[in-house]
Amino acid sequence: MNGGEKMISVTVNGQAFTRPVSSRRLLADFLRHDLALTGTHLGCEHGVCGACTVLVDGVSARSCLMLAVQTNGCRIDTVEGLAPDSGDGEAMHPLQEAFWSRHGLQCGFCTPGILMSLVELLRDVEAPTEEQVRLVLSGHLCRCTGYQNIVAAALEAARSMSKQAR
Amino acid sequence: MMADDQGAADGKHSPRIVGTKAKRIEDRALLRGRGKFLDDIHIDGVLHAAFLRSQHAHARLRAVDVSAARKAPGVVAVFDAQAMRAELTDLRMPLGFPSSTLPAGITPFVLSEREVCFVGEAVAMVVATDRYLAEDAVGLIQVDYDPLPAVTDCKSALENNEPRARSDSPSNVIERVELAYGDIAAAFGPANRQFKESLFIHRGMAHPIEGRGVLARFDDTSSELTVWSSTQMSHELRQVLADLLGMEPDRVRVIAPDVGGGFGAKYLVYPEEIAVAAATRHLRRPVKWVEDRMEHFLSAIQDRDQYWDVEIAADNNGKIQGIRGRMIHDQGAYTPQGINLPYNSVSSLTGPYIVPAYQMSLFVCQTNKPAVIPVRGAGYPQAAFVMERLMDRIARELQIDRVEVRNRNLIPKEKMPYNKQLKSRAGVISVIDSGDYAACSRKAVDAIDYAGFPSRQDQARATGRYLGLGFAHAVKPTGRGPFESAVVRVTPAGRIVIYTGAMAMGQGLATALAQLCADQLGVPLESIDVSAGDTSRVSLGLGGFASRQAILAGSAVHLASLEVRQKAIKVAQHVLEVAEQDLVLQNGRVEVLGVPSHGISLASIARKLKGSPGYALPPGVKPGLEATSLFQFDAQAFANATHACEVEVDIGTGDVRILRYIGVHDSGRLINPMIAEGQIHGGIVHGIGNSLYEKMRFDEIGQPITTTFADYLLPTATEIPNLEVLFHESPSPTNPLGVKGIGETGTIPVIACVISAVENALGPFNVRIREAPLSPIRILEMIDEGRAQ
Repeated sequence: MNGGEKMISVTVNGQAFTRPVSSRRLLADFLRHDLALTGTHLGCEHGVCGACTVLVDGVSARSCLMLAVQTNGCRIDTVEGLAPDSGDGEAMHPLQEAFWSRHGLQCGFCTPGILMSLVELLRDVEAPTEEQVRLVLSGHLCRCTGYQNIVAAALEAARSMSKQAR
Repeated sequence: MMADDQGAADGKHSPRIVGTKAKRIEDRALLRGRGKFLDDIHIDGVLHAAFLRSQHAHARLRAVDVSAARKAPGVVAVFDAQAMRAELTDLRMPLGFPSSTLPAGITPFVLSEREVCFVGEAVAMVVATDRYLAEDAVGLIQVDYDPLPAVTDCKSALENNEPRARSDSPSNVIERVELAYGDIAAAFGPANRQFKESLFIHRGMAHPIEGRGVLARFDDTSSELTVWSSTQMSHELRQVLADLLGMEPDRVRVIAPDVGGGFGAKYLVYPEEIAVAAATRHLRRPVKWVEDRMEHFLSAIQDRDQYWDVEIAADNNGKIQGIRGRMIHDQGAYTPQGINLPYNSVSSLTGPYIVPAYQMSLFVCQTNKPAVIPVRGAGYPQAAFVMERLMDRIARELQIDRVEVRNRNLIPKEKMPYNKQLKSRAGVISVIDSGDYAACSRKAVDAIDYAGFPSRQDQARATGRYLGLGFAHAVKPTGRGPFESAVVRVTPAGRIVIYTGAMAMGQGLATALAQLCADQLGVPLESIDVSAGDTSRVSLGLGGFASRQAILAGSAVHLASLEVRQKAIKVAQHVLEVAEQDLVLQNGRVEVLGVPSHGISLASIARKLKGSPGYALPPGVKPGLEATSLFQFDAQAFANATHACEVEVDIGTGDVRILRYIGVHDSGRLINPMIAEGQIHGGIVHGIGNSLYEKMRFDEIGQPITTTFADYLLPTATEIPNLEVLFHESPSPTNPLGVKGIGETGTIPVIACVISAVENALGPFNVRIREAPLSPIRILEMIDEGRAQ
């Protein structure tokens, strides 16, 4: 560990990691390149497009605007941890299922960040309105879909999740 | 039963999966965070490149001192133009499309040596062990710039030849094009009404959310270069790499991994792709470059400004007699590809209308800004804006209803195929193959309740709200040739693999191609793998552009699948001793009609046709359960759209709210209506951005001032209403599938439609809109100007 590095411990998708990181290393780069969790994407590296959104201690955060050292001791959730582990790698979260059936993605590059923001919304609001969904999505840029099918997918996921919860 | 809906061996079966909203085969990996985009690919020991870019819009380079950067921590190499020249056959990029009229010396340099001509032009490249360290070292490069005056407006570039955008270029006008047909003098004779307009339109950038990126590896043992790039054109990239690196194309493999959107920005071989590959070969170590968004703003291609001075002649019934005028196009500092974009604008202006006489002059002018090549829509949105503004003008002047005046001029269905009398840039005469514009017009009119709008508008005005309705048509020739490739192969394990030179970047290409194949081979989508854009899999290909892939790659896959099907049937006939008409392809097998237990799997047939040493193949069958199709296509399939929208303009703030947006689209037969609708959604929203939000701004010395997504506004979910998409299907006679392209048609009429609606809303203030995009401030200014009249 050289001068600019610090040892950090984080729990990512339930798994504990202890790694040296340079103090200026972005959380996004740490996740993608140090932990090989490349599902989190970088679309602008200046905090607007939202592609890099992850949950830090349960709260959505742009991993391009956060330093890895800031997350020392934190729990981080990324897109890779969304689906339940079914062994065959086939299972998906209801939100992922809804994105699939509602054609909520095209190139899929912005999708992981959008999923993380919507997971947070659906956790906090059982039956969000279309307006609430659109407000959350306004923190994300998608050039392919025009957002409409993403909204539909989020609303469908909310319905199926509340059914499951009952 | 199966014979009716799918399996009959005579090939006359009706489709089962084509035409359905099949869920996409691409999505599981993407949704689970297991996509493989460029920067997701890791190679041990990879080095990272970073570029030093010009801070000036125009300057002579007196000196570039890289010595301090060379000594910086982690730095492995620094290339200036001189060092780069030693690696290449030419420091200058080749022109993308052939041209006999463009002057020489208009393309960008891999690294610039003597002069920089836009802010962002690459001057030097650092290669280091880490991206952070590479970017640190870029800051240590000392450049001595001698600033020169910059050309920032294409109109003044035309009117004054000084200053010049590039000192090695004798004129700021790099090409002048004259298009004409019909008797223009008669059209503008005293018998007809004549109206002039001066219009300005700006389109911004493509902005795929994944920027550009390239990763290169040189294998010393085999002397082979592998380049992964987020590109729309792998095969062309392979050729340019081979040419500039002085290598045989067979020694260069280009792979496009998952591509996070293109929209035109990746339909070009970029200097950075060459520089990274050259560094890799020189250092014999893998090198990666991944841009950030600011770099994309500074150095990726853009769409930009057009000034139109146009005149239209019409008789008293609003029938168009002729159009003439001049257009000035801002090309930026370099011309990497050609002038397709402005040429498309001037050659497609007349769109879906009968225009008996036409004359247009195009001036393509250089400025000190990044290079321009087509962005989604490729010059057609600008043309549609101009044409539809003229239609609104005729409607207003002659007091004819806006929809009615259009209907009087639309090319009727009975006149299809209709010769537009103008050639495409590639020399193909534009002949509209099919379409029913009047039917699309009616659908849009009904959907938006056109008849009920005046009372909605009156009621709103009574309460101080300003509603407007916009209406616009557009056509787009789709399916640029000359060909696309497909290999369809059944493996002895029973998987079906499709390789194509077409390119996937989010359009659901894999799913659409798999649907076409699945119907022929009687297999589920899940047993098909599609690989697009890997030059080692298929020797030829042209990639993804011009809304071409359903037509060209689709037809290629269809024909190759048909051939594989015939082969499988021939083998099954021999093995099962059953006549062809009694065989069906289903469940991955060739089965006897009505006796599904009696059959042979495609996997077994593939194993037989792979050959065993010394054993003959079944009689009359060629080796391998596979086929290759290079589907050639020189015609064009004309897709069309009619859009209608209702907006509300807040006259206090200048804000425009889109209340309803309707898109009626004819893209021929649809392979997957769900995907088709998604393409239109994205296209419309791109057009809404071009109408109200997106503007790439430069100041008077050529400094870009919108270089983040906080300054340059892409539409977000809160600005967009639920879009209503309707389809009309006029199958295209040009290709075996009857399909037409769809990727760009959503975008093309939008600017025209939204601007028309805003103007309609502001009718009480005498607002006449002659520009796009419109910012709230500009709308307030126009209200003030209108009120002052």
